[in-house]
Amino acid sequence: MIDWLTFIPRAVIQGVPLMYGSTGEILTEKSGNLNLGTPGIMYVGAISGVIGSFLYEQSCGGAAENMNGFLAVAIPLICCLGGSALMGLLYCFLTVTLRANQNVTGLAITTFGVGFGNFFGGSLIKLTGSEVPSIALSATSNFFRATLPAAENMGWFGQIFLSYGFLAYLAIVIGILASVFLKRTRRGLHLRAVGENPATADAAGISVTSYKYLATIIGSMIAGLGGLYYVMDYANGVWSNNAFGDRGWLAIALVIFTIWRPAVSVLASILFGGLYIMYLYLPTGMDNLAVKELYRMIPYIVTIIVLIITSLRNKRESKPPESLGLPYFREDR
Amino acid sequence: MEERTPILEMRHVTKRFGNIIANDDVSLTLYPGEILALLGENGSGKTTLMNILSGIYYPDEGQIFVEGKEVSISSPKDSFDLKIGMIHQHFKLVDVMSVTENIVLGLPGKLDLKQAAADIRAICERYGFEVDPDEKIYNLSVSQKQTVEIVKVLFRGANILILDEPTAVLTPQEAVKLFAILRNMKEAGHAIIIITHKMHEVMDISDRVAILRKGRYITSFVTTETTAQELTDNMVGRAVSLNIERPEPVDPKDRLFIQGLTVKNEEGVYKLRDVSFTARSGEILGIAGIAGSGQRELLEAIAGLQPVEYGIINYIDDDGTPESLLKKTPVEIQAMGVSLSFVPEDRLGMGLVGNMDLSENMMLRSYREGHSIFTNRRDPAALARQVVEELEVSTPSINTAVRKLSGGNVQKVLVGREIASAPTVLLTAYAVRGLDINASYTIYNLINRQKAAGVAIVFVGEDLDVLVELCDRILVLCDGRVSGIVDGKTADKNEIGMMMTHVGGAHEG
Amino acid sequence: MKADAKKKEPLIHITRRKDVSLLRSIVIRAAAIVLALIVCALVTTFLTGENPIDVFGTILSGAFGTPRKMWVLGQEMAILLCVSLALAPAFKMKFWNLGGEGQILMGGLAAAACMILLGSKVESGAMPQWLLILIMVVASIGAGALWAFIPAFFKAKWGTNETLFTLMMNYVATQLVAYFVILWEVPKGAGKIGIINQSSEAGWLPVIGDYKYLLNIIVVLVLTVGMYVYLKYSKQGYELSVVGESERTANYVGINVKKVIIRTMLISGAICGVAGLLLVGGTDHTVTTTISAGRGFTAVMVAWLAKFNPLGMIFTTFLLVLLSRGANEISTVFSLNKSFGDILTGIILFFIIGSEFFINYQIHFRKSHKPEAAAAVPAEDPHKEALEQILRDAETAAQSVSKEETK
Repeated sequence: MIDWLTFIPRAVIQGVPLMYGSTGEILTEKSGNLNLGTPGIMYVGAISGVIGSFLYEQSCGGAAENMNGFLAVAIPLICCLGGSALMGLLYCFLTVTLRANQNVTGLAITTFGVGFGNFFGGSLIKLTGSEVPSIALSATSNFFRATLPAAENMGWFGQIFLSYGFLAYLAIVIGILASVFLKRTRRGLHLRAVGENPATADAAGISVTSYKYLATIIGSMIAGLGGLYYVMDYANGVWSNNAFGDRGWLAIALVIFTIWRPAVSVLASILFGGLYIMYLYLPTGMDNLAVKELYRMIPYIVTIIVLIITSLRNKRESKPPESLGLPYFREDR
Repeated sequence: MEERTPILEMRHVTKRFGNIIANDDVSLTLYPGEILALLGENGSGKTTLMNILSGIYYPDEGQIFVEGKEVSISSPKDSFDLKIGMIHQHFKLVDVMSVTENIVLGLPGKLDLKQAAADIRAICERYGFEVDPDEKIYNLSVSQKQTVEIVKVLFRGANILILDEPTAVLTPQEAVKLFAILRNMKEAGHAIIIITHKMHEVMDISDRVAILRKGRYITSFVTTETTAQELTDNMVGRAVSLNIERPEPVDPKDRLFIQGLTVKNEEGVYKLRDVSFTARSGEILGIAGIAGSGQRELLEAIAGLQPVEYGIINYIDDDGTPESLLKKTPVEIQAMGVSLSFVPEDRLGMGLVGNMDLSENMMLRSYREGHSIFTNRRDPAALARQVVEELEVSTPSINTAVRKLSGGNVQKVLVGREIASAPTVLLTAYAVRGLDINASYTIYNLINRQKAAGVAIVFVGEDLDVLVELCDRILVLCDGRVSGIVDGKTADKNEIGMMMTHVGGAHEG
Repeated sequence: MKADAKKKEPLIHITRRKDVSLLRSIVIRAAAIVLALIVCALVTTFLTGENPIDVFGTILSGAFGTPRKMWVLGQEMAILLCVSLALAPAFKMKFWNLGGEGQILMGGLAAAACMILLGSKVESGAMPQWLLILIMVVASIGAGALWAFIPAFFKAKWGTNETLFTLMMNYVATQLVAYFVILWEVPKGAGKIGIINQSSEAGWLPVIGDYKYLLNIIVVLVLTVGMYVYLKYSKQGYELSVVGESERTANYVGINVKKVIIRTMLISGAICGVAGLLLVGGTDHTVTTTISAGRGFTAVMVAWLAKFNPLGMIFTTFLLVLLSRGANEISTVFSLNKSFGDILTGIILFFIIGSEFFINYQIHFRKSHKPEAAAAVPAEDPHKEALEQILRDAETAAQSVSKEETK
């Protein structure tokens, strides 16, 4: 039987990177940009944070007592946001300004981003001439993982709701804010119009280009935080190449699963987080190890089923933004 | 009248697109509380001129004054700020959003949809619109969408409204309603420019008429002091009569027998109900009706492109044997030895592939021929050359992508290909839409040549003048039903117009 | 605001080019590649401190330094080209097959399964080697095709989004391979299969002469020519281009769009299956979850950049493989991480992707306001199209002339 008290917190922890990734991708897609570069951007976000924090830890001699708590969090955070924003900018420059194909550009960004992450993850020590055996930013990680002191004393409630680092709560806040932004604000309305029908938005005096740029860059920054959460909180500050895996692609799949609703993505991400580790909890029978590999298909198969169901349902509201994937060029009308 | 201050004035406005002059030294004046009709043929520069006012194009020369002050309009926003609102032919609405969301789109300030909806209801009440602010756009009819566009403009406080052929998509009843609303707005002091080329509308609604011809401003009239004849003469620059030939049908035989044809669209709405008629060889059967009355479905059902609920579609060959085309694909129809050609309404989206060249487009019909797994490229190229030569298609070469050709030339390529297979049945939908006079006549002549060759032609048209001069018989559709079939020689345009809106008149074979 | 009316005209005006000359497109692409290479060299210099000229030397020696390196270059090109050939017809049909990874894996898994399950029969002489290889070929092609058929079926039937469907199929395939790797691992607990049939070489594709990679290269060359002819001259190739350009036109001329989608994807998946076969049966003689090494994605870009022209893809694969082999060499020499190649690949892709804009569009800077300047645009006039568009838009055309005049 599943032990829910340990399962739920683990599902949440697995879900947080997906929350960031899918919320970021939803904002991006609402502007009509299908950014398949998100998996790469999450790598870039993670490694940028790692580089920043690595350099800071080195400058402090690697000792936690020399480190300023604020800087230890702020430096990787800013590096992460900066790195992912640059990738979002690159994506926009190519697809919006230069009107390149979105899928091809996105895949190139992912190739580059994953390579960038693995390269620096694998070569940072050599490049900086440091004398440490591996990238283990445990001091920084401790700052990221800090929970409320009361959490431990509150039994199951504390374990399920209060046992996470601040980035996990930030993910939920961002998801809800994004939802409110899209539904209730003027700019949110304009953004949706840009993604649905850029010609109409343009005629209404909305700057299609700036909305696309801003939504994509902010979306990328949010996605990048997912990568940062993964290394700093989930992985205890230890970078290992390719460990982040396919979470970026799952985040993109989640966007469809949630029908472009960030608030839903908060819950759906936790659900997917649970599916992601479900294999550890399901009974395996005789040949236990091998069957676990089959169980790990579950999130992908669920996504496929959702894809099929949404295509069957054919409801206007559950369709992607109408101009998703298409470049906008005023004179092409 | 001269002493009033104009609310809007364009002086010596010129707009060039490269070496083509779309507007040449046009000056135009609009007074508050009047409806100005802007009259001109297609391509006379009406829409370009209005797009300059709405900030889509920027004039190369000339000045624009609003309420006496010179202004510069370089974006749609500038245009809104000057209280100019344009209702385009192609609606600019976001389908999945509500009416209210669409109306407040692009405005500054905090988003308060409830307040906005209340304001919209107030505007609707004031001018007599019927639209629910909470409804989604995709649930609205065309005329309701147009209403939303007008409300949108009023919501922004526009006092100069520009409507680009607003009645093109409306039924006559809806047009009457629209005009009533326009008069209400005029009473409220708004100035309105309406682009149209329907003469009765000009006479009905406008206070003054300004005429453009070939990008130039010709003259303007006070409506009550002019006649339709005078306006037409000025618009086309010469006295006009269409004079389309109508040779007597030679030895007409029943060719296509349709009975009880009923078609539903994907949403399950009836588009055709119990349609029956016979098309004969050597004869042009016109199909008249308001846009969307089932014309497209009728042709597509015959061509095997539209699922049919029930009914009979029989092809009758020369010795009188009927063969059913029902539930047959285009390929199966071809395999039966029935040579059926179809010139669809959407030339580049359906009839042709825009990105392929002339030769490859010729291949669309013929590529299956022969048993080889490879395509034969020589014959289509030869056909392309032949079409270019015989129909005087203006193109750099047969290897040019068809989307680079002008509208008339695209249509020549399409019609050329369709008649090349020596059809016995030719279906055409809006064959001259968007073409200039010369190109239109080329197409009429081509169709008449097919008629002389004994082809049974079904000609879906929108211009009643053309239908009554070209067709031997005219079938009038109204909301998917046959309203009646009239003889082309004796047909009266007004009677057809009535039949388009009310089912009536006797059925015929 | 009103005084400087003219100044508000946009500074830069962009129009689509009407005709793109071949020379122009070659020059622009070449320039983009040169620029990208310069940037790559600068990045390398920044990271390694090596003189930029020497960087190119290292790249070239990494790619061509020894006969073995040249063979590896050829082999890498062959496999990447094979996958790109597989994707080209799907993309030409505007079907976003991002499932190359999964289709390769399935092809490879099928080949490995045959080798493992039937290898002993070949060893015992119960089955001839050629028969095993034949079975492997059929199984790989079938498995790849099946993996492509599933998303194609749903796309054809219900329009299910193929981009994400194929993407997810990759991970299902990865897990399937992971499952069998554990099932067949040698020795138990090793987490990998190891070289299959090492002693008997049962199911190993034949080696031509002494050249281990020659067979792969030949197979892919044949496929390249075949795909070129298929796309350009066959009826099926024509049909899939029509479907890609406009499904409505395809319906109008009686092309069965669903059939074409499924048929094209079967071909696409089958060729991916061949790539898996070549990897497992021809070179690796084992299967892992990473045998395709991201080629399913790289190939998307290869096919796209070459505009789905198989001959053009030879050049694109050469460029990308050359760079990644060279980057490999650089990372070895400077003991850096092997992912360096992905960074360089990314840089060169960005430049080529960006360069397309300058081929297809023309940038006009605001001219002086003298009317002559504007009017002096020669025949290749960019606005004509815009005007024609307006003329087309000027709807309800034929209602010309004296419509109401007869009244």
